[in-house]
Order: sequence, then C-alpha cells, then structure tokens
Amino acid sequence: MFDWVQNIISVIPPIVLMTVYMFVFVLVLFGCVAYVTLAERKVIGFMQVRIGPNRVGPKGFGQPIADALKLMFKEMILPNDADRFLFRIAPLLSMIPALAAWAVIPFADGWNFADINAGLLYLLAMTSLGVYGVVVAGWASNSKYALLGALRCAAQIVSYEIAMGFALVGVLMASGSLNLGDIINEQQGGILHWYWLPLFPLFITYLIAGVAETNRAPFDVVEGESEIVAGFHVEYSGMGFALFFLAEYANIILISALTALLFLGGWLSPFPESWFTVPYLGALLGHGPHMFIAKTCLFIFCFLWFRATFPRYRYDQIMRLGWKVLLPVTLIWIFVEGVLLYFQVSPWFD
Amino acid sequence: MLIQTTVFYFFSGILVLSALAMITVRNPVHAALFLVLAFFTSGALWLLLEAEFLGIALILVYVGAVMVLFLFVVMMLDINIAKMRAGYAKYLPVGLLVGAVMAAEMIIILSKSTFEHVQPNAKAADYSNTQELGKLLYTEYVYPFEIAGVILLVAIIAAITLTMRKRAASKQQSPHNQISVKRKDRVRLADLDRE
Repeated sequence: MFDWVQNIISVIPPIVLMTVYMFVFVLVLFGCVAYVTLAERKVIGFMQVRIGPNRVGPKGFGQPIADALKLMFKEMILPNDADRFLFRIAPLLSMIPALAAWAVIPFADGWNFADINAGLLYLLAMTSLGVYGVVVAGWASNSKYALLGALRCAAQIVSYEIAMGFALVGVLMASGSLNLGDIINEQQGGILHWYWLPLFPLFITYLIAGVAETNRAPFDVVEGESEIVAGFHVEYSGMGFALFFLAEYANIILISALTALLFLGGWLSPFPESWFTVPYLGALLGHGPHMFIAKTCLFIFCFLWFRATFPRYRYDQIMRLGWKVLLPVTLIWIFVEGVLLYFQVSPWFD
Repeated sequence: MLIQTTVFYFFSGILVLSALAMITVRNPVHAALFLVLAFFTSGALWLLLEAEFLGIALILVYVGAVMVLFLFVVMMLDINIAKMRAGYAKYLPVGLLVGAVMAAEMIIILSKSTFEHVQPNAKAADYSNTQELGKLLYTEYVYPFEIAGVILLVAIIAAITLTMRKRAASKQQSPHNQISVKRKDRVRLADLDRE
C-alpha cells in the first residue's frame, strides 16, 4: 500500500532524509511542549477546582498559540551592565542539550536517530549540560536574584546528578548494556519483567532526581517566587524567557520519556501476548511507539500532579534528601542488585 | 575520508582558538566558559578516534561536573580587572619558564624518534569501545584500578574531614527531632474563662 512512499524515500540521500526527520521531530516536540503547558494549566486548574484557560479557541485549545505569539512580539530587554553575548546565548544553552538528548531515544525497535552503544552515557552527559544555560543566565544578568537562583540551581543539579547516575548504574547492571534498545529488549516478558519491580528503589530515586533536575515543584527553589522573585530568568523577557520556558518543558518530556524507557519497558506492551492477535484492537494492544508515548504521558502527568500537590521544600531539606537519603538508598540497592545478579534470581536476572 | 578530515580540522580549530582565548581573556567567567568549550571540542575529537567512552566521559565529568563547580566559585568573585593586571610583569618570567618547559616536553614526546606515527586500523562497526575498556579495566588492570579508587575515596574523606571543624557559634538542625515532633509539643489548648 505504501510502496510509492518507500520508492520515494529510497532515492533521497540518507543525510537529507535524516535532516528532514530531525526537522519534523523538533517541530513535533515543540508542539508537544506548547500543549504540555496547556495541559499543566488545565490539570492544575482541575485539581484546584478552577476552570483553567478557556477563552482562546474551542475549550481554550488555542491558548499556547496565543502565548507564543505574545512572547514573540515582546521586546527583549537587556539589563544594565549585562554581559550582552552571554545574556543572549544562555537560553540557547539550556534549550540545545534538551533537544540533543533525543538523538539516542528509541521510539520503537530500531526507531531512533543514532543507535550508539554508549547511549546511556550520552544521555547522562547531555542532561548534565543543561545546567550551563541557567548558570550563564544567572551570571550574565548582572542581578542579585538571578545570581542567587543560578547558584541554587548549580548546587542542586550537581547534587542530584549523583543519585541519578547511580540509578542509571543499576539499570546498566541489570541489562548489561549501555545501548537503550538493548536495555528495553532485556525487559521483555510482561509487566513484571520491567525494571520498575526489581529496581523499585532506583526507579523512585530516578523519578525524584528527575523532578529535582528539571527544577520543578516541589524542588523549584531555583525560581522560588517568594524568595528570589523568579530566580535565574528574572531579567529575561520576550523570546529569551520563552526559550527557558520551552527548555523546562522539553526537559520534563525528556525525563518522563527516559523513566518510561529505563524502568517501564519503553515500547513494550503490558498486555499478554495472546491479546495481540485480537482483530482490530490487536495493533493497539501490542508493542509499539504508542505504548512508549502513553507511558511518557503518564510521567508527564505525574510532574503536573506533583506541582499541584506538594508544598515547596526548604533548600537545606532538598540537599539533605539528595545526599543523605537518595544517595545511600541507591548505593544499598546496587549492592542488593549485585547479590541478586550473582545468584541469578529469576525471572529478572537469569 | 574528506568529511572526516573536514570535521577534524573544524573541531581542532575551535579547540586551539578556545584554548588560546581561555588564557588570554581578562574575565575569569569567560575564561572558564572557554575552557568548557575546549573540553567539549576535545570530547568531539576523541569521538572521531572511535574512543566514544572517553569522549563522552570527558564531557560528563569535566564539562558536566568539574567545570560547573569551577564556575560556581568564579561567579562569586568580585572581578577587578585593573587589580588583576597589576602583577603581570612580575609573573611573566615564571610563566615563560613554565611555558618553555612544557613546550620542550611536548616536542620531545611528539618528535618522530620517540613517538611512532602508526595509524591504527579502523575497527568494525559493531566494535564497542566502552565494552573493550571495561573488560581491560576489570581484568588486566583490576588492581591499579581498585587502588586508584581507594586513593580517591581517601581524598574525599580527607577533604570532608577538613571542613568538619566544630565552631562554638554554629547551629545545626536535627531532622530526626524535627520530624518526630507531635502536636502536643507545639500546641496548647488554653481554656479561657468567658468574660
């Protein structure tokens, strides 16, 4: 049926094809980011028994477009004595790593831009680069609040990266591979074979550290309105602010996708294999990118839910949680996992 | 091959320029950011050599962690450029001496007699640099590797102990006591007489 499509694709040089794919992907991701902002306002509105945005378009679905247009036409103001070049480049520094990390993420078996063997390491490296945008923005703004926000952010991200890295070490030990496709293939066999069960403490640690890495509530002291106005982006307006906003939501989607990949089996279906042959519904119940997207949406919803539910942590409590609770938990569980691996406990480690 | 050479010269050019800029710019924050750029481009060069683990680890460790802490400290400096330029003439001879020694060392190492330029064969597409390195580290070099780990651990503990000085004025919170507080410890229901 799609022969003519395949014929056209086969004559296009791979490098052009890849560029087109990337362009389409980035556009789709930006669309998702825009609608995650709407979802956030709607979900939090629902949880707080409010209506949420409902004026622009049917049921308020035009709201993200209106917001984007407004931000595009606003003036970008340079503060006095700001470092002009760094001030302008900082939003890009936080946006680019959030996009670059998607290169290795598989949407289904073999569906990724770059199938590299050190995929997990690459992801860890890319997510650790995001901090530069915030730090550079805070310093270049030449503002006390922005600098304080940037300092908080740098300390918080470096602290939580350690717990996050150890959670990834657990996944790496269980799967025996750094390749993301292999990690998912190792989780085959149903919902109880996914790594959330044997690595449960690491799963929870990864999720908490992910919330802290993206500077979201309840760990959003980087922006803490009641203390430092808006933190590192207090001096930004117009597109500069919009880019920071986009980067934050792109990071939320990324962390949700990663949690789904590493602990909930990515594109694998939770249903028994006998269901895959059911007429019409079979394709929907089987493995595929729709499963990956559904799991990602589940975690994105969790991010919004956390923001509507939890009060903000105090800064020393955040540090205590990272260093004295999450880090020991991961270390102990890596030891337990080593023992389980040594005795080849089934069904996960045989 | 042409693409590879172009990519190599592109990254090498950025690396050399950013390294030069790092030691010549006056603002320490700019210098730290140029160093970040230099680390990043050398990571890319290592990727060209099919050393993917080393390339990504360089970015992960130096760019993602070490330089963030560097920036953290440098950002809080009160930058006074006039004061920083004051000692330039005084330190110039020492700087030149160190530079000359380093240049001589590099020339000795890179001269043909001691450094054989044999181009290694390109590995097959399924070759995993990470796996090979891991195998070597945990078999042939397991003792040096473990000893290096223990030395690092000792260094970490030593650094922490140095900051653990007890001061009379310092106050500490006890999270255990904070969490185990009960309602009756904090709230007292007073029965006041009506007036």
